[in-house]
Amino acid sequence: METLFFLIITLVALVSGILVTTLRNPINSALALIMTFFCLATYYVMLDAPFMAAVQVMVYAGAIMVLMVFTIMLLNIRVDSTKKHFHKIIMGSIIAFFTLVNTVIMVIKGQPSSPTGPYSAETIKQIGHTELIGREMFTNFLLPFEITSILLLVAIVGAVILAKKKI
Amino acid sequence: MEKYLIVSAILFTIGTIGVLTRKNAIVIFMCIELMLNAVNLTFVAFSRYLGNLDGQVFVFFVMTVAAAEAAVGLALMIAFYNNRESIDVDDVNLMKW
Repeated sequence: METLFFLIITLVALVSGILVTTLRNPINSALALIMTFFCLATYYVMLDAPFMAAVQVMVYAGAIMVLMVFTIMLLNIRVDSTKKHFHKIIMGSIIAFFTLVNTVIMVIKGQPSSPTGPYSAETIKQIGHTELIGREMFTNFLLPFEITSILLLVAIVGAVILAKKKI
Repeated sequence: MEKYLIVSAILFTIGTIGVLTRKNAIVIFMCIELMLNAVNLTFVAFSRYLGNLDGQVFVFFVMTVAAAEAAVGLALMIAFYNNRESIDVDDVNLMKW
């Protein structure tokens, strides 16, 4: 049952991923990308990470895609680019294909180390995923967390200055 | 766990093809988001398998960086569109010689 569910979600994720790269109109690509994000959120739930799924839906499918769709509609891009560069497509496909083959060989042949961490599925269910993530983030990862806030501040200032007509 | 890694590899490859072949800057940007998401899936799968939550904290940071990147990148595209009336990456050729 779980395998069947996994296969259905995988089918949807891959088809919408291919649609992101092939559709002509950027707004259709954006909608396909939102579909992919929802499929990834489903994967996170299946991997016992419900908090990550919620953040995925809120931050990616909510905030980032709203920003992107907003920009597409603001710029009002015409569907053009009729001329195609076949050598570009062929080279890109070859490079991507070798990446894929290499990765799949690594995944199949590689031996991951055995589970060592303290958080098994039972522990996560017992204590709660959100609480464990919060503990981890505010103890071991406190400094990177604070640096993230500086990064966001810089991004806000940069975006405002770039989008201004005249400084 | 292998099935998640293979799905993630395929999604990453699709994103790579999109970045290398498309010319609309916003679509290239969306393909980069797709690649970032594929990496996130790998992080969560490994984190679950190894019983260690560090990977999921990293997913959190990747999402933060992606949000910052989206804000700055889209501002750049708006500035470029105001100059050139286009967001085709082939039109970005001022520094080419």
